[in-house]
Amino acid sequence: MKLFLSGDEAIARGAYEYGATFAAAYPGTPSTEVVENLIPYKEIYAEWSTNEKVALEVGLGASLAGARVIVAMKHVGVNVAADPLFTAAYTGVNGGLILVSADDPSMHSSQNEQDNRNVAPFAKIPMLEPSDSQEAKDLVGVGFKISEEMDTPVLMRITTRIAHGKGLVECGQRQEVPLREYKKQSAKYCMVPAFARPRREAVEERTARLKEFSETFPYNRIEWGPKDVGIITSGISYQYAKEVFGASVSYLKLTLTWPLPEKLIREFASQVKKVYVIEELDPYLETQIKALGIDVIGKDVIPNMFELSAEILRERILGEEPAKDNALDVAIPPRPPVLCAGCPHRPVFYTLKKMKVPVMGDIGCYGLGVMPPLEAVDTTVCMGASIGMAHGFQKANAWVGQDKKAVGVLGDSTFFHSGMTGLADMVFNKGAGVVVVLDNRTTAMTGHQPHPGTGITAKGEVSEPIQIEDVARSMGITDVAVVDSYDLAAVENAIRHALDFNGPSVVICKRACALLKGLPKMPPLTIDQDKCTKCHTCLRTGCPALVHHPDKSVTIDPNACTGCTVCAQVCRFDAIGKVGGEVRG
Amino acid sequence: MANKVTNVLLVGVGGQGTILAARILSGVLQEAGYDVKMSEVHGMSQRGGSVVTFVRYGEKVYSPLVEKGTADLILSFEKLEALRWLPYLKPEGTMVVNDLALLPAPVLLGKAEYPYNALDVLREKAKKLITLDAAKIAEEKVGNIRTQNVVLLGALANNMDIPTETWEKVVRESVPPKTVDVNLKAFAAGRQYQ
Repeated sequence: MKLFLSGDEAIARGAYEYGATFAAAYPGTPSTEVVENLIPYKEIYAEWSTNEKVALEVGLGASLAGARVIVAMKHVGVNVAADPLFTAAYTGVNGGLILVSADDPSMHSSQNEQDNRNVAPFAKIPMLEPSDSQEAKDLVGVGFKISEEMDTPVLMRITTRIAHGKGLVECGQRQEVPLREYKKQSAKYCMVPAFARPRREAVEERTARLKEFSETFPYNRIEWGPKDVGIITSGISYQYAKEVFGASVSYLKLTLTWPLPEKLIREFASQVKKVYVIEELDPYLETQIKALGIDVIGKDVIPNMFELSAEILRERILGEEPAKDNALDVAIPPRPPVLCAGCPHRPVFYTLKKMKVPVMGDIGCYGLGVMPPLEAVDTTVCMGASIGMAHGFQKANAWVGQDKKAVGVLGDSTFFHSGMTGLADMVFNKGAGVVVVLDNRTTAMTGHQPHPGTGITAKGEVSEPIQIEDVARSMGITDVAVVDSYDLAAVENAIRHALDFNGPSVVICKRACALLKGLPKMPPLTIDQDKCTKCHTCLRTGCPALVHHPDKSVTIDPNACTGCTVCAQVCRFDAIGKVGGEVRG
Repeated sequence: MANKVTNVLLVGVGGQGTILAARILSGVLQEAGYDVKMSEVHGMSQRGGSVVTFVRYGEKVYSPLVEKGTADLILSFEKLEALRWLPYLKPEGTMVVNDLALLPAPVLLGKAEYPYNALDVLREKAKKLITLDAAKIAEEKVGNIRTQNVVLLGALANNMDIPTETWEKVVRESVPPKTVDVNLKAFAAGRQYQ
């Protein structure tokens, strides 16, 4: 049976077929669909963990319990999970453990472009790089075997075009794999220095075995063609190379890309006149191959940043002219993503901009608060950074006697991910920062996954919802406010109060994401053109339901409007109200 | 080259429902026995941004991405997006455009102007241009405004060498059972435009 699957879906399918019973992840583009597609299988336990570090620890525990385990995360998530990962490399596993790292070249939906192939040699764990959906599925089975036989976590590194690119996949039946027996082995699993040193040596022995394995691993394969040019490549880059060079060159397609098969590489290179290494992002293969003393052409011609493409190879290697743009004598306005109509983040950013206060932002939809006209966000670094940075900003000022605060703004899912530790730090170190939690009752950016505050698990079970205000109070914060995000006056009052308060403050702006299913519908609003003075204050909210016409008039698109009333609240002329009803919702 | 690969772009605005159209199209191509690859980017683009789905099919497909100037067919769910993705069209390629203007944020804010003459520009540049008002067709001829995607697919199907029965089979399998008849009607309505 052939199914049309994305790489993420294919990995989920592989986990199902090859007997996984356990999956854990924190959602992050482009990795989210791996575990999302495992949730429906009744044979597999799947959870959204609070963050990637926890997901990997949960996965390692399940592996020691004897289960075959998939843990998935985006590239930057691996940074969060690095601590358990680098020591799991020493402990090894019991049931097969695959960590999927979904990298995002060109940063379609990410804050940086790190090449996580570098993690494999750094952590000393084997790495598999599928080139399409079929391989993504098959390599899950291969990966579980490597993991169990070599006693190591396996890194499966994919990129956006593998994760979200679809292709036909030959699918099979599930094989049930019973839990392997757990045996207490403190010298293997308890990495105190005395036990860690022998394990450090075990890692080297394993690496030597993996090197031998890599030489004859069938997915590392040579495709002989004419021998004037040889191309060494892996992952999605293999597809671009095949697209451009077809049968006109020879290929060494590498799939187990750490540790590399040195003999195979030497054999290939010795038989072709000229070797190109075609890879996206860092010169990962190139550096290692050059270290073998082999002369190759790589990053001298191929860019070391952003996505690779067949076009780039044509231009840089074949010297072909890029296709000319059809010159148009008309300007094409950009269409950037925006906060949705009715988004509960909008009134909070509108207020923060008005207050002209430095805003330390975070990772989520609210990153869009940096775009005009809101332009409220000063920084976006990583999950949870908003709180630590707001604390540091306030402390640095206070240390030299300046009373200047920053507001840290983050979402509810992000708060549980890594906001709580920052908040504890602020309390412990006598900070006086202001934390605004945009609590929209979900993990919105990645497609509405539940989190510890929602009271429902990935599998749809009811669980105890953790209240953010209770967490804050239990840390000893006395200035905690909960307001309705749609109530502009309440939001402003709460933040002003917090800025004046001499101590740490938490303001929770609560209102469900406008895209969540099952919310009560509110009637759309309309603008009374007789009352409207065309002052355009409403446009400063940046709501996409407001339409600015060439004659400067503004109307509301009734199909887009969710009736949130934020525009009506900012209107000073009472011109905005319900359709056919009284002004102000 | 013997291995001829056909390139199709589905373009529009996040939230317009290009995904169902892409799913039906790829299902049809698989049913017709082709190797198929499809690529799209999720994430930020869902929030009302410009979206594109690349579909490639033939005997064997390698790259999931369509290169500039190589698209045989572009189906655009919106006029401005048709202009934006025009550089991807082959000189002899065909463009099917929904006669719909969705204003992007900079236009809504009064910071940029919408190119209302988009269809005139496209007519000059595209060898073959088919335009239709899918919303009007869905509402007036089909009787269900939500079938716009399938109306557009009908217009796209005219430019592809795939039997009608294959399209109808996949449409039947891809939509909720209760809406099969209305979607088949929408597909037939779209086929009137060539």
